[in-house]
Amino acid sequence: MAADNDVIVGLEVHVQLNRLKSKMFCGCSTAYHDSPPNSHTCPVCLGLPGSLPVLNRRAVESGIKVGLALNCRIEENTLFYRKNYYYPDLPKGFQISQYDFPLATKGQVLIKGEDGERKIRITRAHLEEDPGRLVHAGTIDKAKYTMVDYNRCGMPLLEVVTEPDMRSPKEARIFLDKLKSILDYLDVFDGALEGAMRVDANISLKGGDRAEVKNISSFKGVEKALSYEITRQRNMRRRGMGVIQETRHYDELRGITVSIRSKEQAHDYRYFPEPDLVPLRVADLVPAIRASLPELPDARRDRFREEYGVADDHAKSLTSEIKVADFFESVASRAPPKLAAAWIADVLKGELNYRDAGIDRFSPDDMVEILRLLSEGRISDAAAVSVIREILDHGGSPAQVVEALGLAKAGDDVVLQAVRFAVSDCVEAVSDYRKGNERALNFIVGQVMKRTKGRADPGEAHRLVVEEIERSQG
Amino acid sequence: MITIKDVEHIGWLASIEIAEEEREEFVAQFNSVLDWFHQLDEVDADDVSPTYRVLDLVNVFREDRVSPSLAQEESLKNAPKVEAGYFKSPRIV
Repeated sequence: MAADNDVIVGLEVHVQLNRLKSKMFCGCSTAYHDSPPNSHTCPVCLGLPGSLPVLNRRAVESGIKVGLALNCRIEENTLFYRKNYYYPDLPKGFQISQYDFPLATKGQVLIKGEDGERKIRITRAHLEEDPGRLVHAGTIDKAKYTMVDYNRCGMPLLEVVTEPDMRSPKEARIFLDKLKSILDYLDVFDGALEGAMRVDANISLKGGDRAEVKNISSFKGVEKALSYEITRQRNMRRRGMGVIQETRHYDELRGITVSIRSKEQAHDYRYFPEPDLVPLRVADLVPAIRASLPELPDARRDRFREEYGVADDHAKSLTSEIKVADFFESVASRAPPKLAAAWIADVLKGELNYRDAGIDRFSPDDMVEILRLLSEGRISDAAAVSVIREILDHGGSPAQVVEALGLAKAGDDVVLQAVRFAVSDCVEAVSDYRKGNERALNFIVGQVMKRTKGRADPGEAHRLVVEEIERSQG
Repeated sequence: MITIKDVEHIGWLASIEIAEEEREEFVAQFNSVLDWFHQLDEVDADDVSPTYRVLDLVNVFREDRVSPSLAQEESLKNAPKVEAGYFKSPRIV
């Protein structure tokens, strides 16, 4: 689907800076996942009277890092504010956030949009504290009361706000993938942790009012919620009814958005400067942080193309996660780079995905060894795939696996014998092929692979089978 | 000028119930506080940039170090209602 020209999407992305060891304003550990409720709290994050917040230096440094990577301006004067509202997820009755004078402003990110390159402008990126987590017994609309866990309360958050520059749900997804990849490179956040990245989306059709969709917790959810909204807003328009500017809640289970009108008039946050925190002047911190920025995904992708001659899609796939990019470079320094790129991007990543595993489950040394066996013609492509699978599932070294599973490439005579046997055995398939059914050939080649236990080269087997059929005809 | 409507709204924002008969009294009090602050308007401050802080301090940080948290029962000690390690609150729509 090409981008619709009348769809306008802007995003607010909440990123948990969960690589930090301690919370934003107190020393409570950020490693609260899998812990009992309210076991990672203290007077500061519980908002007890008399407690005072003190800002985590690394939270500021991480915020600057992200700001720079998003090509933002880092503001000289930065302030924290109190955002006031009553909700049980905030024990203090306000959230410490930023308002005027955010940490970073006016950035931009280039994405590969649906009609070519698109510039997504970043309005601002600011620091704030995460609220606690509400738990309901049963469903949210039937629960009689709310249970609150403040372990998450005070977690360092960075909110990234974009201009309404995306033109389709797909582009929103592409932007989020890109943002995630940049954050991964900066080592400020672990996307695998629950709730690490949460998205609110503003969406409208040209000329209409916008709806804000909240509570989207996955990237897939963003695409679905936005697609649903587009359909809903088009239907409203078709019926001659306008879209009401409102906040809507995404119901992941049902895949729809619902109006949460009750909160409407609550948008009166009475921001005022947080008197318990002093202002930030970060200009002196910026040069060192700028110098420490790693090579970012786009730059690394371009370098992979130039330095290793890797194809565009492979370069992109290899650089979206920093660990995969490092893995590739480790392998490519000791093996033919293009071969390495294809095997890592096309095969290894797929096998890892299938097993829900990260690249650290596989060793670069094993990959180098497998590529060597392949280059020397000692194993077939099919056998190499089996070796990768076997190592992932049961461990062992490539040499051991090749030996144990008998995967060494069959000698020419063995293959030829298998071909002759298959051609004489598959009478029906051979006659189908002679009648012009090309696909019958696949069946015969399959038999050859079966007889050689996958040790024959399929291309070679294909060629030999055709030769054999022609020979036996004559 | 603060009106009865403003008082109701402020009460709602603060989650404080203000009784019918108290409202007029609050209108009068809010307005007198505002009047008092309006004295500041008499000062010519066109060339003065806004002051957010009276202290000269900037950049007060703590290092990213973990310090012990409270034990769960300690955290929950002041809570009027507790269930299974959680604070219990009225249902929020």
